[in-house]
Amino acid sequence: MADTDYILETRGLTKAFSGFVAVDGVDLRVRRGTIHALIGPNGAGKTTCFNLLTRFLAPTNGTITFNGRDITRMRPAAIARLGLVRSFQISATFPHMTVLENVRVALQRKTGISMHFWKSGRVLDRLNGRALELLEAVDLGAFAGAMTVELPYGRKRALEIATTLALDPEMMLLDEPTQGMGHEDVGRVVDLIRKVAVNRTVLMVEHNMNVVADLSDTITVLARGAVLAEGPYAEVSRNSRVLEAYVGSEQVGSEQVGSEQEEAT
Amino acid sequence: MNGGHMYWGFAALIGFGLLAPVAGIYPTFLMKCWCFALFACAFNLLLGYTGLLSFGHAAFLSVAAYVAGHTIRNLGFGPEWGILAGTLSAGVLGYVFGSLAIRRAGIYFAMITLALAQMLYFVWLQMKFTGGEDGLQGVPRGMLFGLIDLSDNTNLYYLVFAIFLAGFFLIHRVIHSPFGQVLQAIRENEPRAISLGYDVDRYKLVVFVLSAALSGLAGATKTLVFQLASLTDAHWHMSGEVVLMTLLGGLGTVFGPVVGAFVIIGLQNQLADKVGSWVQVIMGIIFVICVLVFRRGIVGELGRLLKRPL
Ligand SMILES: Nc1ncnc2c1ncn2[C@@H]1O[C@H](COP(=O)(O)OP(=O)(O)OP(=O)(O)O)[C@@H](O)[C@H]1O
Ligand SMILES: [Mg+2]
Repeated sequence: MADTDYILETRGLTKAFSGFVAVDGVDLRVRRGTIHALIGPNGAGKTTCFNLLTRFLAPTNGTITFNGRDITRMRPAAIARLGLVRSFQISATFPHMTVLENVRVALQRKTGISMHFWKSGRVLDRLNGRALELLEAVDLGAFAGAMTVELPYGRKRALEIATTLALDPEMMLLDEPTQGMGHEDVGRVVDLIRKVAVNRTVLMVEHNMNVVADLSDTITVLARGAVLAEGPYAEVSRNSRVLEAYVGSEQVGSEQVGSEQEEAT
Repeated sequence: MNGGHMYWGFAALIGFGLLAPVAGIYPTFLMKCWCFALFACAFNLLLGYTGLLSFGHAAFLSVAAYVAGHTIRNLGFGPEWGILAGTLSAGVLGYVFGSLAIRRAGIYFAMITLALAQMLYFVWLQMKFTGGEDGLQGVPRGMLFGLIDLSDNTNLYYLVFAIFLAGFFLIHRVIHSPFGQVLQAIRENEPRAISLGYDVDRYKLVVFVLSAALSGLAGATKTLVFQLASLTDAHWHMSGEVVLMTLLGGLGTVFGPVVGAFVIIGLQNQLADKVGSWVQVIMGIIFVICVLVFRRGIVGELGRLLKRPL
């Protein structure tokens, strides 16, 4: 099957919010084992795409195939269990659990004891070793016992990645993993994504063009819900329609890309 | 999280429970308090530890009260069977209500539970065995396991206290179990819990059934104490009262609902003779004060002062 080359495929993926079409007939194909970036101006429909892929929203039209399997109508938790795990644009952690517990609650799922309301929580201690390893991998080992709400923002994003990795997903969807981070944190996350992408597929939304150029094998540009261009960075970044879409987009979007391009030079 | 200070709290609770009747506090009043404390703890498991606001918990209290009363008085079983049957019936009803309500979030969830509980109220009103407005009266306390005479107030008191403790520690266990970890995750960030692969609706349903069954345990026990199951248990006031007890004592705290239940029942007891139906107004005012300036409740504020979760 030629299909196996692509881990994720959508056909005519469409989402309309009471008349307003946020995602419009998107055909997306993500090659297995690659880092694929989804970019586009603010409001282009990137997050909506993620919500459709993970079934947090039901598509108005179109199909989604993951590993050759139609997942269009599956429940979101079931999709996650298949190995397609997402992160969120705004950091998603469990604020009043410790950093270690955040990762552990992800590890816990596969143990099959998550419904065991009569067992002492101490049975979870055997997951601590693995949880710590995952935390070390994102430089959070020293924070294991801290309450998550007290972490600085960049650390929370790192914790989110560690939590996602705890599920050992075949494919990760990252929604702006470097958003709101300082320079150092960005570098750290880029290294981390590169490291974890070695044996999995990553689809990420990202506004920071340095990060996109640095990491991605393929880029899909979305504008007003539709695919505008696709290809490697060198190609896409010269595409006149892409440049136009960014310049023509709302103020915030163009400023953001503009500043990032300045940074790159 | 579960520091040593908790054990002092448990010790104080047990000590108080054992000694209170000896110290001369009216045992029927105490038993009523323990029943409502268990009811509030069961409710807290749902609202405080899972984030689900049910506004129909009176349904579970009442179904268990009626079933226990019916089992003991009309069918002639011993008190232990009455309590068991009551608790189970509340669990089953919890499964039915939960299945219907859990797909809805927030205020819709609360409204559906309220609507279902109201429907049940009218069912009780119409049915023969409940005695309608008069209630199901004259439930004999009987002999526990055929051995212990429960018409003796002291015996009954220690049974009620033991039932409360069993429920209380079961809830504590649930909160700290692997299941409890998932509940906390759901409460703190439901979309994230879903994205980790948890079918959150199933977890919510299980905790809803647990909460309903434990509320039922409280209701069935209460029938034994008052030898009566009545419509008061099914009225929406009751659903509101348990919210008030939990909020006043401290939502999401271990001891809060117990304190809340004692304060509310105590106030009702003290005020009922003096101010009559004004008692409802006073409860309302307490509720408003609680929501406006006293968000954490009594135990929650105390915990903040001591910098420890209680
Ligand atoms: N639930 C919703 N109801 C109505 N409109 C929505 C909803 N979710 C998103 N939209 C709209 O769909 C469009 C696409 O939004 P989306 O969040 O997918 O953009 P995005 O590409 O992720 O933007 P950003 O870069 O700012 O994150 C926006 O115009 C947004 O207002
Ligand atoms: Mg977005």
